[in-house]
Amino acid sequence: MGMEKLYLENIIDHFKHPRNYGVVENADIQHHDHNPLCGDDISITIKIDRGKISDVKFQGHGCAISQASASMLTEKIKGKNIGDVKGIKSDDVIKLLGIPLSPLRMKCALLGFQVMTAGISKHKYGLREHGI
Amino acid sequence: MAKWQAYGAKNMNAKKDFPILKRRINGKEIAYLDNAATTQKPKCVLDAMDDYYTMHNANIHRGIYKISEEATEMYEKAHENAGRFVDAGFQEMVFTRNTTESINLVAYSLLPEFQKGDEIVLSRMEHHSNLVPWQHVAKMSGARLKYIELLEDGSIDMESAKKAISRKTKLVSIAHMSNVLGTINDAREIGRIAHSNGAMIMVDGAQSVPHFQISVKKLDCDFLAFSAHKMLGPTGIGCLYGKKEILEGMRPFLYGGEMIREVSYESAKFNELPWKFEAGTQNIAGAIGFDRAIGYLRSIGMDNIRDHGKMILAYATRRLSEIEGLRIIGNSRHKGSIISFDFRGIPPHDMAAILDAEGICIRAGHHCAMPLMKYLGVNGTSRASFYIYNTKEDADRIANGIEKGRKLFKV
Repeated sequence: MGMEKLYLENIIDHFKHPRNYGVVENADIQHHDHNPLCGDDISITIKIDRGKISDVKFQGHGCAISQASASMLTEKIKGKNIGDVKGIKSDDVIKLLGIPLSPLRMKCALLGFQVMTAGISKHKYGLREHGI
Repeated sequence: MAKWQAYGAKNMNAKKDFPILKRRINGKEIAYLDNAATTQKPKCVLDAMDDYYTMHNANIHRGIYKISEEATEMYEKAHENAGRFVDAGFQEMVFTRNTTESINLVAYSLLPEFQKGDEIVLSRMEHHSNLVPWQHVAKMSGARLKYIELLEDGSIDMESAKKAISRKTKLVSIAHMSNVLGTINDAREIGRIAHSNGAMIMVDGAQSVPHFQISVKKLDCDFLAFSAHKMLGPTGIGCLYGKKEILEGMRPFLYGGEMIREVSYESAKFNELPWKFEAGTQNIAGAIGFDRAIGYLRSIGMDNIRDHGKMILAYATRRLSEIEGLRIIGNSRHKGSIISFDFRGIPPHDMAAILDAEGICIRAGHHCAMPLMKYLGVNGTSRASFYIYNTKEDADRIANGIEKGRKLFKV
């Protein structure tokens, strides 16, 4: 596979200029995980306001695919209803990237999504307190 | 330079002995630069194993029939040659699965000897295989782990070594050549410090034994561990050298068939060296393939291999140093042909993927040395490691591949 197909301009752009990068203060959800195989590392913090993701930020390091994917994901979920976010599937994240991925790179591409999903499910009890 | 050309010509021939190097990846010839992980196998090694299974397959040391006698003879010849390769006696060379198992053998066998107050000294550059077994020993026995610090260039700080090793030290275990930094450590001098403090010295030779001539007698180490698959042999076979008088006093590691002389329902008498440490049916084909690999290496000559390694390291270092934004990690004057690097703006995993598209195989990540990565302040590195079949052209290709990556990532 030609590398131009993997490293699309869009992906390089998200990698070099990550959107929603950092930490949300007083976050309702925070979660971190890493991929021991290649050292990708991502933390996500989310603020919930009346059932909506009012703010989301991510932080981490690792390959361009893992970081760009997390960046795109934060753009997708920001302002969305938490119920809708729970409905996001891994395929949707792959579509977001829009590139063919080997099984190895799939792990990189989905790390941010896994961190988000785990964070949300870990805090579902907390979310209920917020009236969801 | 004359020597480079002389060996360069010979080296071009080496490539033809390795069927896998004829493969094309993405339409391109393979430039295999992950030799610190495992090396490719020449056809003669594959043939030797095939011949054993095809013509001589039988269990060793018991069959009273022709093919078992042949298999036993082939296996014992492998033992003898593996020992001779590092200047060890027949009884001092034990076959294991790999370096990791060799280190575990020593760790588990000596575990009951360690107690609270004892110290085990390692360096900051150890591979997980020479780190985690000792963490286990420390945890089980109450012994303490101590680390020898590194200098800026990625070499051992000998002053730190002298401080870390004391009368409390029971064992020092150290990489002879770092799989990340390429540094070749003065294992002999560290061993001398260990011995003068009454401690034993174990040398992790996984990276060094494939690259230059080693004599355990000259090195004066108590143990040396290495793997066949990093020196053109098959996976699943490795070596542990141990001084005879030390091995004789050690408990077996694995118990069962073959490692015994006499067994009753109540007890067992163990077999003589080296078989005391080889329980169960062994990796016979692996040993035979390894024997052939040793023969192949000897036919080239370890001094030629070291010369070739030095020359390709010098050439590749120069080519990579010319690349703006690239930083070589590990700049000791004493290095084997391993180059770890960091390239500003392209993470190691992406670097490896970009080079893969060019048919170039390198390694990216922590290289089984996570504490070292943290010590160096990096999340991972890209690593190119060279062996006898690599040419200047391979070094040029990686340099060109990195430039392609720069364009792709616009850095």
